[in-house]
Amino acid sequence: MSIQREMINIYIGGELFQVPEGHTIMMAFEYSGFQLKRGVGCREGYCGACATVYREKGDYKLKGGLACQTVVTDGMTIAMIPFVPAEKPVYDLNELTPDVGTFTQLFPSVFRCVSCNTCTKACPQDIQVMDYVQALIRGDIAKAADLSFDCIRCGLCALRCPAEIVQYNAGILARRLYGKYLSKNSPELEIRLKEIEEGKYDKEIDELKKMPGDKLSEKYYSREINIS
Amino acid sequence: MYPEYMMESIKKVEQTRPKRLELAKKFGKKVFPGMSEQEREDILNNYHPDYKDDALRELRIGPNKGDKIINEVVDIMESYPRDYPEIFDLNKVDFETDVLIIGAGSAGLSAAIEASNADADVLLITKLRLGDSNSMMAQGGIQAADQSDDTPVLHYLDVIGGGHFDNKPELVEALVMDAPPSIKWLEDLGVMFDKNPDGSMMVKSGGGTCRNRMHSTRDYTGAGICRVLRDEVYNHPDKIKYIEYTAATELILDDKGQCAGAIIYHLESKQYSIVKAKTVIIATGGFGRLHIRNFETTNHYGATADGLVIGYRAGANLLYMDSVQYHPTGAVFPEQIVGFLCTEKIRGLGAQPVNSEGELFVYPLEPRDIEASAFIRECENDLGVTTPSGLKGIWLDTPLIEELSGEGTIEKNLPAMLRQYHRFDIDIREYPMLVYPTLHYQNGGLEINAASETSISGLFVAGESSGGVHGRNRLMGNSQLDIIVFGRRAGKNAAAKVKKGVQLGKLSLEHVEKYIKEVDSIGVDKKRIAPIVLPDYIPDHVKAKQLSSEFQGTLF
Ligand SMILES: Cc1cc2nc3c(=O)[nH]c(=O)nc-3n(C[C@H](O)[C@H](O)[C@H](O)COP(=O)(O)OP(=O)(O)OC[C@H]3O[C@@H](n4cnc5c(N)ncnc54)[C@H](O)[C@@H]3O)c2cc1C
Ligand code: SF4
Ligand code: SF4
Repeated sequence: MSIQREMINIYIGGELFQVPEGHTIMMAFEYSGFQLKRGVGCREGYCGACATVYREKGDYKLKGGLACQTVVTDGMTIAMIPFVPAEKPVYDLNELTPDVGTFTQLFPSVFRCVSCNTCTKACPQDIQVMDYVQALIRGDIAKAADLSFDCIRCGLCALRCPAEIVQYNAGILARRLYGKYLSKNSPELEIRLKEIEEGKYDKEIDELKKMPGDKLSEKYYSREINIS
Repeated sequence: MYPEYMMESIKKVEQTRPKRLELAKKFGKKVFPGMSEQEREDILNNYHPDYKDDALRELRIGPNKGDKIINEVVDIMESYPRDYPEIFDLNKVDFETDVLIIGAGSAGLSAAIEASNADADVLLITKLRLGDSNSMMAQGGIQAADQSDDTPVLHYLDVIGGGHFDNKPELVEALVMDAPPSIKWLEDLGVMFDKNPDGSMMVKSGGGTCRNRMHSTRDYTGAGICRVLRDEVYNHPDKIKYIEYTAATELILDDKGQCAGAIIYHLESKQYSIVKAKTVIIATGGFGRLHIRNFETTNHYGATADGLVIGYRAGANLLYMDSVQYHPTGAVFPEQIVGFLCTEKIRGLGAQPVNSEGELFVYPLEPRDIEASAFIRECENDLGVTTPSGLKGIWLDTPLIEELSGEGTIEKNLPAMLRQYHRFDIDIREYPMLVYPTLHYQNGGLEINAASETSISGLFVAGESSGGVHGRNRLMGNSQLDIIVFGRRAGKNAAAKVKKGVQLGKLSLEHVEKYIKEVDSIGVDKKRIAPIVLPDYIPDHVKAKQLSSEFQGTLF
């Protein structure tokens, strides 16, 4: 059973196309004959490749979203953003410290934030973007790492920021600093690394590698299962 | 929202819910009898896609000639190149490098970092942007035996038993022994693993694991890792050059049969370039976008098995290309998210699979292939629900989760899932999800050894495009591990080979010429061209009007 669907008008880069209602912007492009080479990646909202700006009929606002996650509406005017030419400083994580000084040095623009909240409104992941920028200004790396966690680097925040801040590049640095310096080391992991280095498991693994199929299978099915 | 006619089926689901709730309260997860060995065998034979008579066919050319492998993979192997070798002037080299890496998921990115750490010059090329890949999409986790009640030995057993004992032992050894050091490596690069306040890892179990060893970075494990690797690659502009929106379309060998580079195609400017490289690493990922047996897929847009095609043409052999991993629960409605992975956790929390009549028809937590087959059986027996776009599915009764464990359970445990459906006006706390098996993972690939090398000197493969690590069935959490372990090994070993000294002879595409002759000899439509590079989703009636354009995705 295939149900006939209403067709609606959309404008891709200003040109009129008719597409079935319910399509995402990405599907609507393809339905209109575009084979996408840019502005497409995972198609499931995880990679941030398909940042798109659009305006809906009768609305003056320029909105942003992910083409794979936004449904077209009648009269919508759409432009995909092929690339965001944002600045990314080069650094050696080993030489950095997890504090505000790192950001003064690498991301001086962050301190120009005027707290307009435009970035937060632009974020398709509902991230409190301004709040993580503010956390960086305060030197609260852990907070910035936490708040920016769901960032998919679509670039929409940076495109709208009046202070020319590249929020997502600052965000990933905060998370990397947190992962490397601020979270505690796992004691079990350290022990295991040592054991492996000392060759504690080499003999047993070697035996398994040489074990005939039936014996290996027996060992597998009789292994103790201990999960929660 | 669901259309009226689907709501009618949902009403039936609602009618049977109180009874099913009672069952769950009484019997816990055992709300339906599990299948016996015989029943499992029967359902696989009758309904699993891999077991259909026409699922496999004999490959007629190349190193695996005579093997029966997946139909759609035979199609791309028995195909003509995108362009004929004689048009390329191999004397005019555009780029020269120590290590050429094809593909920028986590396997390619890890390889780039390690090769540059070993002081080799790297050229990294990818079809989309750096990181736009299957690697970015993993939600579940990455395995490593680093807990005190666990050992690499137990991990070894899980991997090889899960793979039906077909895995290459040396690869399993590399996988499990490198696992804890890989977690350490990632953490040193700044990956934020989920941890308890004392620094210990928060670990979960996964299908087929005998211990809790699934590490995660919230709901975004793949991204949590991949975006850190990408950021690190950006930090080595002196050693790692990268080119995006560019596909490798053929490997170049030299007159001694060593791998010596690749032909690359810049998708937008439509230019080809010649890359001369002392070593090449294929890290092009899986094949979901081949839509095997017309299945929808969880995979990213670039998952078209290009690496398999160019590697095979150059003489590398395939392993285990006769099995496909289908995930039982892919979304089929709303159509905007068709194929989207609905995590196993949903059933773990108590959601039951229910047919169009509202009947529970299978134990919710059978192994993936059995569960998937049961869903297909219902749909083939007219007990599925057809979507407006013509797909079929069965219900996953999510509202039951909240009735079982209380309001707020879904928001707390499945936030990404709730958000995803909310975007399309469906509240999974109130209404069930419509699902069907979806094409998820390429179990096999190009055969490698523990150094990540193929049989061709100078050609390495890492990640989902390699074969042998997982045998015929991969366990969740082991491919995120695989891509780090073998990505790193490939990068290190390629760089070491370069340091030892590689003398390249005259560049050659003779292997492609030979391959064309073989394709000629079996009589294949000249329009069947591979690698596919990008899938093509333009509808036929529009294509019929695109009279003079040339396209990627020219597989007929
Ligand atoms: C939705 C989803 C969820 C998953 N969840 C988990 C999980 O929880 N745990 C787990 O262990 N595994 C999981 N997996 C599997 C795992 O993520 C993948 O197997 C793994 O990431 C593959 O990594 P890769 O680097 O080999 O390939 P990919 O990450 O797919 O990267 C391949 C790269 O190569 C590029 N490329 C392809 N062809 C060419 C060409 N011709 N020229 C240039 N570049 C090219 C692609 O564009 C891409 O950048 C999941 C997979 C998916 C899709
Ligand atoms: S923080 Fe910026 S780059 Fe990240 S998802 Fe939000 S808008 Fe996109
Ligand atoms: S848009 Fe820029 S200036 Fe405005 S709040 Fe965000 S970071 Fe600050």
